[in-house]
Amino acid sequence: MLNFTIRQLGAELAARRVSSVEVARYFLQRAATLGKTLNAFITLDEEKTLAQARAADRRIAAGEAGPLTGVPVAHKDIFCAKGWRTTCGSKMLANFTAPYDAHVIGRFNAAGAVPLGKTNMDEFAMGSSNETSFYGPVKNPWNTETVPGGSSGGSAVAIAARLAPAATGTDTGGSIRQPAALSGVCGLKPTYGVCSRYGMIAFASSLDQAGPFARTAEDLALLLNAMAGFDARDSTSLERPPEDYTRDLARSIKGLRVGLPREFFAAGIAPDVARTIERAIAEFRKLGCEPVEVSLPNMKLSVPVYYVLAPAEASSNLSRFDGVRYGYRAPEYTDLLDMYKKTRAQGFGAEVKRRILIGTYVLSHGYYDAYYLKAQKLRRLIANDFIAAFRECDVILGPTSPTTAFKIGEKAADPVQMYLSDIYTIAVNLAGLPGMSIPCGFDSGGLPVGLQIIGDYFGEAKMLNVAHQYQQAADWHMRMPPGVEE
Amino acid sequence: MKWEIVVGLETHAQLSTASKIFSGASTAFGAAPNTQASAVDIALPGVLPVLNRGAVERAIRFGLAVGATINRHSVFARKNYFYPDLPKGYQISQYELPIVEKGALSVMVGDSEKTIRITRAHLEEDAGKSLHEDFHGMSGIDLNRAGTPLLEIVSEPDMRSAAEAVAYAKALHSLVRWIGICDGNMQEGSFRCDANVSVRPQGSDKLGTRCEIKNLNSFRFLEHAIEFEARRQIELLEDGGTVIQETRLYDPDKNETRAMRSKEDAMDYRYFPDPDLPPLEVPEEWISEITSNLIAIGTPKIKQNEYIQDYGLTKHEAALVIQSPETANYFEIATKQLAKLNPAKWSDSGSYDANVMYGGAIARGITGLLAAQLNREDLDISQSKVTPEQFAMIHARMVDNTLSAKLAREVFQALWENPASGIDVIDTIITNRGLKQLSNNSELEKIVDQVLAANPKSVEEFRAGKGKAFNALVGEVMKATQGKANPTQVNELLRKKLGA
Repeated sequence: MLNFTIRQLGAELAARRVSSVEVARYFLQRAATLGKTLNAFITLDEEKTLAQARAADRRIAAGEAGPLTGVPVAHKDIFCAKGWRTTCGSKMLANFTAPYDAHVIGRFNAAGAVPLGKTNMDEFAMGSSNETSFYGPVKNPWNTETVPGGSSGGSAVAIAARLAPAATGTDTGGSIRQPAALSGVCGLKPTYGVCSRYGMIAFASSLDQAGPFARTAEDLALLLNAMAGFDARDSTSLERPPEDYTRDLARSIKGLRVGLPREFFAAGIAPDVARTIERAIAEFRKLGCEPVEVSLPNMKLSVPVYYVLAPAEASSNLSRFDGVRYGYRAPEYTDLLDMYKKTRAQGFGAEVKRRILIGTYVLSHGYYDAYYLKAQKLRRLIANDFIAAFRECDVILGPTSPTTAFKIGEKAADPVQMYLSDIYTIAVNLAGLPGMSIPCGFDSGGLPVGLQIIGDYFGEAKMLNVAHQYQQAADWHMRMPPGVEE
Repeated sequence: MKWEIVVGLETHAQLSTASKIFSGASTAFGAAPNTQASAVDIALPGVLPVLNRGAVERAIRFGLAVGATINRHSVFARKNYFYPDLPKGYQISQYELPIVEKGALSVMVGDSEKTIRITRAHLEEDAGKSLHEDFHGMSGIDLNRAGTPLLEIVSEPDMRSAAEAVAYAKALHSLVRWIGICDGNMQEGSFRCDANVSVRPQGSDKLGTRCEIKNLNSFRFLEHAIEFEARRQIELLEDGGTVIQETRLYDPDKNETRAMRSKEDAMDYRYFPDPDLPPLEVPEEWISEITSNLIAIGTPKIKQNEYIQDYGLTKHEAALVIQSPETANYFEIATKQLAKLNPAKWSDSGSYDANVMYGGAIARGITGLLAAQLNREDLDISQSKVTPEQFAMIHARMVDNTLSAKLAREVFQALWENPASGIDVIDTIITNRGLKQLSNNSELEKIVDQVLAANPKSVEEFRAGKGKAFNALVGEVMKATQGKANPTQVNELLRKKLGA
């Protein structure tokens, strides 16, 4: 059961060779034990999970099963789920029970999926290592002294350690793709606007997107089918005809043009990572793909642009956490202003405060033009680079992360070093493009390396096709971290 | 030193949509606290705004009614500040690119017309309410109002007196009700004005430092606050001081303005375009549709032209009658009623169109006699004790010579003091009080002869060239007839007898 893909598990459930309740119990047990060691979950609720599992079993018995009915899905604790504690990795929401379901949660529920619990994450999605969580760092199962990546560290680990066959995450600057790479699993961020943000606690509104984690490209496609779609409650949600993201998986990729940006292969990438990526590209050549050199000249601006825009939006989005209506409130204060100050000083962690300060600064009078407005203009240039590149190629390939998993604590003291972990992923969010990461090998220390695939707007099916074909030729995605078996 | 007062007004009109500007919660007034605040209004984690089409439509309607530019592309921006009645910690408003820009409103100040320019009008959401009494050292927050759509209308600093400011505020108040975008209920907070007041030496073209006055819940308060503030600034400057730019609250009990405790002028709102809302793109077809609807509803300007064309009013008369939808309505009912009664064809109109014949008389009556009475009792025309039909009836009795203008005023007064329904009451009053005009020529002639005989001094003075003496004689005839003599006939008879 451990290694069943979603497709396989779905088939077992539909054939009633196993029940949802049995499946749920199995993964709950793993989540409560191995999951606890790795600190992958913030909240587990056996009662709620089993209740949903029973409901799924009823649907299966009634012949109303879909591909996800009875399949456990672990949800990043950034999604509001009705009746579930939803903390966003923060002390600020430690006591917050969401009174409504996020759109994405609702869609999974409608598909009969079983919520397995809420996974650990960097506080308010701000981080690249899952070390800023109020609930403690998540450990990478490949080497528990290393980070799994962030901010969706808990969800990536849930997949890697086989605590769940499916998980959800969010990606603002790489928070699905980078932990997928560091934890050796598959993760996908769709085009901006494809998944509704309603109920997804906002970090940077113009960059945030929800996306799936799984062990195979095919599984990602099944999950994306459930998650994607227009929602009238999100004004940035796109109204488009529904897509079946599995439709092109089996297509041959012979003759496909794969773009290789020269900026992705310049200095700053760890040698093992570079080698592994090159080997993966060679594999694509064998599959008949045509490598094309492209250039993204403004890519070097992506990290500074991102670290102006994302904190700016976040500084405003996080203003609602003020102790007035819900969430944490300082136990002692003298007046309104004191209440605000103490609540936010005590409720937020250091990285969150850092970004709120940066964001407030770049929006303030006298600095807005030089920072915020300038960054928005540069963002357009970065997007234009991709638009030009996609005239020459069908997908872009490259490393997801410049390094493999680093040690817990190694970069935590140097925020800028931490920010540079996202150097290959950030531009994709700035442009609003879809991107994914799949395992393509290991470094000499046995730590996973992720290959990033970037698609053109609405090119998810093509990306998944590329990934799936690679996964027929290479089996990196099937590897298991040591000690996970039992 | 002669000083000039410069006033600009910022008005917040609550738009009459059934639900809020960014959420589906109800905007109905008077509900129990926090029962009309949805997840979006409370700013729960993860919620998002969705724009209410009806709010945009009403903003466009307003823009069209004031001849403004409707920006086909406008942007929502976040205005960031912390206060408990602002759940998100920011207000969604419009900053650099508002939906409406550069309009104007024609306003009657007393008898003269003035154009006040409107700089812009933009959409934004209202905050909740803070209640500081009843909670023993704490404040109660009611979020029912949070998210109600507002149209913020900003005027140029074109007003030069409290009277002009009040006239503009009243005209704006009338307009928003007229075109059906706002119910204008000032007690419920649907229409709120803040005044920006500064002074400068007469003749200077540089603007002085302004203060913003808030908490002006009525036209009366608006007027007094501006007058106080102007005086305060002038006194300050004449004493050698300087005016500090600040926000001040008007205290109606003490009739003074006071600086607000917080240093409002130092606020940096860190405006930036709201990433949760795409830019507002308004298609041409929609603007055409709204324009047609507006013509169907009618605007004051449309009515003004109609009254000039079809009711024979002068531009000035029409301008006075369109000052509120209620006045216009009263006018139309009264004129049509008078036409129905059709007492006679007035010789001086030269037209056979009934409305044209009687429109002017009714308009003059409304803006003269009726307006004076309403002002005396501080009433609105909708509270008039004389209905438009009755008003028409009184005019009918003037047209058919039963009443002189003076007697008509008496009948009007009598009815006002003892309101009754139906138009027959007018004849009842005339009969009961014997107010019928004395028009019998032979009777009048006898009285005129008596008066001439009794006032030889006036006759002499008149013959000596003193015009005033004629009026004295007319007065004596009036006295002798208890004011009932038909003035036209009295004039004619006196002139005949005096050989004038």
